[in-house]
Amino acid sequence: MKGLLRLLPLCLLSLVYVSTAQLAAQDWVHTGTNLGNTRIRLAAADFKPVGDDAQTPALKAVFDATLYSDLSNGGIFDLVSKSLAPQAMPGAPQEMVMGQWSAAPANAAMVAFGALSANGGRLSVYGWLFDTRNPGNPQVLSKQYNEAASEDMARTVAHRFADEIIYRLGGGINGIAETKIYFVSSRSGSKEIWAMDYDGQNQHQVTHLGAISLSPRVSPDNSRVAFASLGKEGWAIRMYSLELGRMVSFPGGSAGGSNLTPAWSSDGTKIAFSSSRSGDPEIWVANANGGDLHRLTTFRGPDVAPVWNPRTNSQLAWVSGRTKLPQIYVMDQDGANIQRMTDSGYAVSPSWAPNGGLLAFSWNRKYGPGDPGGQDIYVFEIASMHWLQVTHESGSNDYPSWAPDGRHIVFQRTVGKFAQIWTMLADGTDQHQLTRTGDNSMPNWSWK
Amino acid sequence: MNRRNRILVPVFLLVALVAVAGCKKKQPLPQAPPPPPVAAVAPTAQLTATPTVISAGDQVQLSWRTTDATTVSIDGIGDVPSSGVKTVTPTASTTYHLVARGEGGSADASARVTVNAPPAVVVPTNTMSAEEEFKANVQDIFFDYDTYDVRADAQSTLAKDASYLVSHPNVKVVIGGYCDERGSNEYNLALGQNRADAAKNALVTAGVATTRIRVVSYGKEKPFCSESTEECWQQNRRGGLTMDR
Repeated sequence: MKGLLRLLPLCLLSLVYVSTAQLAAQDWVHTGTNLGNTRIRLAAADFKPVGDDAQTPALKAVFDATLYSDLSNGGIFDLVSKSLAPQAMPGAPQEMVMGQWSAAPANAAMVAFGALSANGGRLSVYGWLFDTRNPGNPQVLSKQYNEAASEDMARTVAHRFADEIIYRLGGGINGIAETKIYFVSSRSGSKEIWAMDYDGQNQHQVTHLGAISLSPRVSPDNSRVAFASLGKEGWAIRMYSLELGRMVSFPGGSAGGSNLTPAWSSDGTKIAFSSSRSGDPEIWVANANGGDLHRLTTFRGPDVAPVWNPRTNSQLAWVSGRTKLPQIYVMDQDGANIQRMTDSGYAVSPSWAPNGGLLAFSWNRKYGPGDPGGQDIYVFEIASMHWLQVTHESGSNDYPSWAPDGRHIVFQRTVGKFAQIWTMLADGTDQHQLTRTGDNSMPNWSWK
Repeated sequence: MNRRNRILVPVFLLVALVAVAGCKKKQPLPQAPPPPPVAAVAPTAQLTATPTVISAGDQVQLSWRTTDATTVSIDGIGDVPSSGVKTVTPTASTTYHLVARGEGGSADASARVTVNAPPAVVVPTNTMSAEEEFKANVQDIFFDYDTYDVRADAQSTLAKDASYLVSHPNVKVVIGGYCDERGSNEYNLALGQNRADAAKNALVTAGVATTRIRVVSYGKEKPFCSESTEECWQQNRRGGLTMDR
């Protein structure tokens, strides 16, 4: 009993420490506009169908659903639910009765509306954004789109209009509705690289190698996907051209042993990866064509999963097992100035936020034999060394990847035997499951 | 003062409860009760064969243990000590039968070994038998959790592996590095590489030419078993040696 009493203050102290650390952490992860204001109350009217083309109703349904979903996913709006919004479908500014939208129950400060028509295989969309609190000059945005009449293009046009609204109201940060997510899926029988729209639509297979392919990373200009693939001589960094629709060579990427986890610099000129060509897995850098190889790390033990600071390209974060369990480290691009970021547990899969200030990674803080713990996504502020746990008590979470808006994170969640891909806002709210078929893992969010 | 106590005491009790419940060490399990004394001195006998299913030409280890016996014999082998181990090479399926006789009577035990005949029609090529010979002489090694250090038991296994490879200079080997299901695929591939390289380095040190060894990390991509148990995890933390063709 005496021993227990002696331990008690320690127990209490650690409790207090943990809770204050988390409290302090919570006020620096921002997912809104970063302008300090509350979320904008926005209504998205159903678009007015114009004409009697047979394609119009189906395209309108896809467009309305996509626009609503994009604005809802944006992370910066308090979107008026469809049940509270007026039934009206104003198709042009003169049909807009702003009082309907600014009054209760909608209480909208902004309204997106417009008209859509299909005609002779062409889709035509007119969209507006009005500020109901500025009746003298309400128009914030006016856009016009003309594309081939297909459901894909109806979705694309909705994405573009949503991104215009998000760019205009979201502090000048581009929306992500037209971005893609690359991932690994075993749906075809072997692990291949797949791609999908940011909202889980349009899932399709990219590679057909019949080998195990892992760790896809799309280039900043969306022209190529680098990944690691298993062959007779071990793992090689391989390259798929999205423009040519076929594999292209990456000469420095194969050297026997394990060549793993490629990472593009944000200017697209360099690729860092893990290679065991020197007899031990170390971080290497090549130029984007696979030449000019040089090694950054020289420490026995696994070194893997590098990622560049996308703001400066002057630093890399990576995972090292130099002190046994893997931890997150940061170094300068010449390999100097190594700093350890995590102090305990099992920390892997760093992703560097577009603003350069935050790292997301997967951390199991209670990792060890007989201590199953939980593997969750954490967001870490490098300057303050503060961290925030953003997933809690659901499955095993790994491979976070930041969206280019810095507000969203895509990640892999395993519940039972199968991993699936989810997105969320960077503070862990608004989680959506994107994949449901087979095993889907290692998501990578495109740069634009 | 009284009021404050009324709040402080329950709080203290609650904290103490959490501390006692949370920090208490587990008591050791009670010892199993001693076996009841046996009045009669009838012999007992046990016989096991490992493995119980082999291919023709493979070895089987028989191990037996008897009590209170004066003579012990195994059919086809003859009289044997009261307990022991013997390696046999049956060419056809055999039931080994052990009889233990003592003053209290007799006891017997048997163990069945099934011998699978080699495929009848397939021409027995050199690669077939070489591969079988490789499998019989070159064993995999196993690693501790999240490490790539070669354990003492793995060192002796690798020494035997190396002596076979040194005496068979035409045989090439591929070493696969494997990890258990816990943790990240990417990190485990690097760890698996370290494991396979550790096995390779031991073979090279023991005199096997580095050009004869190919190394591939499989991380947790190709597990030997998929249960979430320590037993299965140990099976998967492996340096796997197979013949390279």
